[in-house]
Amino acid sequence: MAAITTGGPAVPEPAEALPQELGDLLPADPGDAGLRPPGQRKLNWRIRLRRDKMLLLMTLPAIALVLVFNYLPMFGVVTAFEFYDPLVGVLHSQFIGLDNFRQLFADPLFWTAVENTLAISAVQVVLFFPIPIVLALLLNTILSSKVRSVVSAVLYLPHFFSWVLVVSVFLQMLGGAGLLNTFLIHHGVSPWNVMTDPNTFKLLVTSQAVWKEAGWGLIVFLAALSAIDPALYEAAAADGAGRWRRMWHITLPGMKGVIILMLVLRLGNALTVGFEQMLIQRNAVGHEAADVLDTFAFYYGIGTNNYGYGAAAGLFKSVISLLLIYGANRLAHAFGEDGLYRK
Amino acid sequence: MTEIGIEGALRPKALANPPQRRRSNGRPVWEEPPTAVGQVGKGTVLIVVMALVLVPIYCIVVTSLSTQAAINQAGGLVLVPHGLTFDAYRQVFDNGTVTRSLEVTFGITIIGTALSMIVSVLCAYGLSRSRSFGHRPILMVLIITMFVSGGLIPSFLVVTELGGYDQYWALILPNAVSVFNILVLRSFYSGTAADLIDAARLDGAGEFRILWSVVLPTSRAVTAVITLFYAVGYWNTFFNVMLYMPTDQQKWPIQYVLYEYVNQGMTMPGVANSGYGGIHTQTAPLSLAMAVVVLTLLPILIVYPFVQKHFAKGMLTGAIKG
Repeated sequence: MAAITTGGPAVPEPAEALPQELGDLLPADPGDAGLRPPGQRKLNWRIRLRRDKMLLLMTLPAIALVLVFNYLPMFGVVTAFEFYDPLVGVLHSQFIGLDNFRQLFADPLFWTAVENTLAISAVQVVLFFPIPIVLALLLNTILSSKVRSVVSAVLYLPHFFSWVLVVSVFLQMLGGAGLLNTFLIHHGVSPWNVMTDPNTFKLLVTSQAVWKEAGWGLIVFLAALSAIDPALYEAAAADGAGRWRRMWHITLPGMKGVIILMLVLRLGNALTVGFEQMLIQRNAVGHEAADVLDTFAFYYGIGTNNYGYGAAAGLFKSVISLLLIYGANRLAHAFGEDGLYRK
Repeated sequence: MTEIGIEGALRPKALANPPQRRRSNGRPVWEEPPTAVGQVGKGTVLIVVMALVLVPIYCIVVTSLSTQAAINQAGGLVLVPHGLTFDAYRQVFDNGTVTRSLEVTFGITIIGTALSMIVSVLCAYGLSRSRSFGHRPILMVLIITMFVSGGLIPSFLVVTELGGYDQYWALILPNAVSVFNILVLRSFYSGTAADLIDAARLDGAGEFRILWSVVLPTSRAVTAVITLFYAVGYWNTFFNVMLYMPTDQQKWPIQYVLYEYVNQGMTMPGVANSGYGGIHTQTAPLSLAMAVVVLTLLPILIVYPFVQKHFAKGMLTGAIKG
């Protein structure tokens, strides 16, 4: 396998350093070393099976759960080609070919959902994605480790709140009876209920996502920053580079690999935008603004008992998502980065 | 063979350059002294960013502790505490709905987290020897589920056809295994010193014994972090309730109670929410609602500080999950 072969010390070129750091250094062969007599290439599989029987048994509960709750549904996508009847189940429902998809692609509500999904995703890439990077760069310049740990502890916290809680908090801040409107009314300005305004809904959900997850997004960039060899900074400073030049020529190239990896993941997930978040706020702003692909599948599949129809919307999303992941990786490879998997 | 990059990124690699060593105390000699403007600017940004997180939480806590008079005077959320009272909490606990939902949520969280941890730790350890028989295909089977899924409707149909509707297990089992968490645990376990394991084996320890007495004690930080991840996931259970038990109010976990009564403005049974005839009219619905918000928040706030310090140590690269 590719990952263990080139393990080595930190690589001098900053542009190269990160993928190496992230992928390559794992302790070669930790568990096996004492078991295999040196020189013997490979044990007979029967002996290895008997030796590792216990290890295999240990993985069984997890495998069983994954098979039932992850793989069984993968075969359940046949419902997308069925008129699903709950009384007879997936296996015996009537097969109707591509009818669900024909109906789906002629449904204006479906295209609204696609449009909303893509628009919200785009807004989030532009407005959300850079924030953790900027925060990480800022936090990294703070010298006192105490201050750094207090700030990051506070910023990570909202990641652990549920979406219901986050929306409740926003409701109290920006809703009709919230802090903002109390203030506006008090100062004689006409109130603005942000929570029910469909026109600014995309910005609202983005700001909620930023509030909840931007701090957590820091972790991965801070890790990338701490993996940069401090000697590089020292050398650059000795050559007369100021702090901005060091950031531009050492810090940013050192983060490039992780930034691209995170972008690839984001693009691969472009069709997944805050399902619970939308679900919770759909009643407040209306389906025109809040329906995304996932909520569409939920409301027009389960909500109306038209399961095959919802499954078709879901399958559409899954297939496009896989294509997006593949495409985003090709893009990463074109930039000379590893992306999610290697060439 | 292609190596999944995400797995590589999960390895506890960043530990080689821990941030503490990079700057033990203060500024390296070659770095130019900070400018006053820069310092003030940075400080302001950090304080504003922290305030954005903390002030809303503070307001909600204070409001939940305020009297009707204080809330009326503020015209909504209370910023400056005066006239504090526990009335809202007394009323919430007198009212069966919230107490019941807290019982349910604690039950789901404890049972679910225990189950998830047992299953994940066993699986991660079972896959942690780099030359063990068959671990690669099993790993592939797990990793594929991170990128391919049957989607919402087929998952829903599998659970309901197995009889999961209105059953507590439908809130636990479908999400009991997080492949991401298994990969994180596995990467730590495969870093356990091989000679420790060999020594234990020479002493006659079986795999369970090695896992319990050698591997787990040397990976406490990551165990704490992953336990927190699972526990928070169960505590925040919301959508599965909407899917599998939307009607039986007796079984609703706290998040769903919060959603129905605070977000959607449903009238909580036994509470004079809009009327003025009840015994409890001295407590405003707002302080009551905020008390429910605080109760969903509190367990996380209590556990968080104990685990948070391990994030940097154990989970530096863990945010990949996004």
